Amino acid sequence: MISSKSKEEIYNIIEKRKNMETPLMMILSDIQNKFGYIDLEVQQIVAEALNIPVSEIYGVVTFYSYFSLKPKGKYVISTCFGTACYVKGTQGIIDEFCNKLKIKPGETTEDGLFSIDILRCVGACSLAPVVTVNGKIYPHVKIADVDKIIKEYKDKEVLMNENS
Amino acid sequence: MKIHNFEQFEEQITKNQDIFKEEVKDNKKVILICGDSGCVANNSLKLKEKFDLLINQKNLQDRFLVKLTGCFGFCSKGPFVKIMPDNVTYHKVKEQDIFEIFESHLLNNVIVERLLYNKTKDISLIDFYNKQKKIALDGCGVIDPHKIEECFAIKGYTALKRCLSSLTSLQVIEEVSESGLRGRGGGGFPTGKKWLTAYNQQNEKKYVICNADEGDPGAFMDRAILEGNPHSVIEGMIIAGYAIGASKGYVYIRAEYPSAVKKLEKALEDAYEYGLLGQNIMGTNFSFDIEIRLGAGAFVCGEETALIASIEGKRGMPNAKPPYPAIKGLWGKPTIINNVETFANLPFILKEGGVERFKSVGTEKSKGTKVFALAGKVNNIGLVEVPMGTTLRELIYDIGGGIANDKEFKAIQTGGPSGGCLTKEDLDTPIDFDSLLAKGSMMGSGGIIVMDEDNCMIDVAKFYLKFICEESCGKCTPCRIGTTRMLELLEKISDGKGEESDLEELDKLAHYIKKASLCGLGQSAPNPVLSTLDKFKEEYLEHIKEHKCRAKVCKSLIKYHIIPEKCHKCGVCARFCPVYAISGTVGKEPFEIDPEKCIKCGLCMSNCAFKSIEKTTGGENND
Repeated sequence: MISSKSKEEIYNIIEKRKNMETPLMMILSDIQNKFGYIDLEVQQIVAEALNIPVSEIYGVVTFYSYFSLKPKGKYVISTCFGTACYVKGTQGIIDEFCNKLKIKPGETTEDGLFSIDILRCVGACSLAPVVTVNGKIYPHVKIADVDKIIKEYKDKEVLMNENS
Repeated sequence: MKIHNFEQFEEQITKNQDIFKEEVKDNKKVILICGDSGCVANNSLKLKEKFDLLINQKNLQDRFLVKLTGCFGFCSKGPFVKIMPDNVTYHKVKEQDIFEIFESHLLNNVIVERLLYNKTKDISLIDFYNKQKKIALDGCGVIDPHKIEECFAIKGYTALKRCLSSLTSLQVIEEVSESGLRGRGGGGFPTGKKWLTAYNQQNEKKYVICNADEGDPGAFMDRAILEGNPHSVIEGMIIAGYAIGASKGYVYIRAEYPSAVKKLEKALEDAYEYGLLGQNIMGTNFSFDIEIRLGAGAFVCGEETALIASIEGKRGMPNAKPPYPAIKGLWGKPTIINNVETFANLPFILKEGGVERFKSVGTEKSKGTKVFALAGKVNNIGLVEVPMGTTLRELIYDIGGGIANDKEFKAIQTGGPSGGCLTKEDLDTPIDFDSLLAKGSMMGSGGIIVMDEDNCMIDVAKFYLKFICEESCGKCTPCRIGTTRMLELLEKISDGKGEESDLEELDKLAHYIKKASLCGLGQSAPNPVLSTLDKFKEEYLEHIKEHKCRAKVCKSLIKYHIIPEKCHKCGVCARFCPVYAISGTVGKEPFEIDPEKCIKCGLCMSNCAFKSIEKTTGGENND
């Protein structure tokens, strides 16, 4: 169930955008950015507020790759799969992340810590292959770096748990 | 600050014309740092912080000013730091270099030689920039995109003033037609013609849309323009609005470009503040507003009608044309959609005498320049703008500095997923809309990927087709199912299970899909397969008949092998192997890979310090 605080935030987003003509995409983008996903319950709230059938909103949410139905992991590992990164060997890096985390692209680890996403293009082609984790960019990644990147965040978690 | 008439506008231009000279008056220096996403990813913001810190510590704020600009272009050698008025540019600057630049160059006027690129102080003299000409990229890497005043200093918005003060709408369209400008999004449709169609529609509401949904993977021209000089695009859009009689414009931009969105938002705010957007621009009867709309990661939304559907809050699925958007577009009203780069060309064209200057660049049928994101296996990766007619060879070797790591050139891909691969034989093809099309590729939006001997062309075709399969909106059967069937055939071939008849089947399917799909995405979807089939048939046949992948990419056709004579018996490979396929005794026996267990991840090879592991394919060393 969605908390009343989140509900309020969603209403605020809708209120801010609702005077635009056909504001659906902008509202969904804001919600995605704020919460990281747009599940059915949220879609129903938007549907009611905009007076659009929820089926239509579901259609839109599932059409665009930027929108997600499910929450993602705490650390989202995004591997760029633009052509520049591809010709420099991104596939091997994706395979290695999947191998190490035992999930497929688009999935989240059971502990909720990591998700692997495939990005179309970050636009930083001179740094290919590029991996980003929650926005932090790792340039010129090699297969051998994959372990180090995962470890960096696992260590961070351990440290945080010790401190708390 | 608001500009109410043309005189006030001219005052702004005069007032700001010496802005760059003022900054460096009385021995002052300006430090320009590339703040484009590419260099930011390479830590350039930290460089600014560090400079600011040093300057503040020594209380030298009145002597030094640090600014972030747009893309310098030469991305693979970034981040760049340029010191003005000395016109000295440092490349690959790291945080630890800042102190030296500060102490040596800024305080003592001694140039830090080791950070110069090829010992050249003035970087504009190097080969990379030599053959370039900046029209659409005017201002990129020069101005601070956050300051509209700097845009005035390079005569920003003067083309708009000229249009509003001395040209009718129709005259503007005539000049655009006369310039020969063709759409830079890839299609190459004459911009003036598109505008004229919209102009001729009787409708109280018309719209201008800027297509900034740069979906071509491996391309970043539009992003760089929007981050480097967003005002050129805004000015172009206002002019378009004036020309066709629209009062509202939308920029449809990828949500994946947060930094470009931010810079555009700031630029729009500034333009409103100066009265260059909004009601009665420069005191005329003409009013124009621009709003940002975000895309959400769908390649097909680069197609005009799909883009419109997306703004309308629907799934981004294309519709049949005609009616063309110029007649019936956004919310059923006449709408012109132009690409970012097309708009960025307009301020140049519509300045006094601009048409002639523009026409003097380029080829007979393709005028002006084209911006490319040059990437892949070349030495100099970056953003380049070249006159139309420049050859692919000049682009790769003179500007791109040749193939990286002394490898052999294999193919150049233009036009992204809708384009094709060209080979050595095509290198002297001049870059223009028609020549590239005649060679079986296309101009596209400007992504150029150079490939070397280590790229397998079947794998490349597979890469693009996979992309298309995922991005197909699903509306038409040939595109939705046909491309999937094609991908299956390619997978069969790269798995070593292909038959020669598969090639005919691929060709047949490709032609059905091209003919029977509704939109440009579907119609061009088979191009990467067709062009590789045409130019690299030998490689397809090798995969099928000899089970050989000469680039050693297709996993089913390669084997990893430890060369016993080269093995140092250290056992590092065995430690890294995730499936325990490598055995041996440290210090005693060379290690060996069990081909049954090996999953061909390549970890052993990338971790072997002695290069003792090789890949083999086909009949080679296949024991």
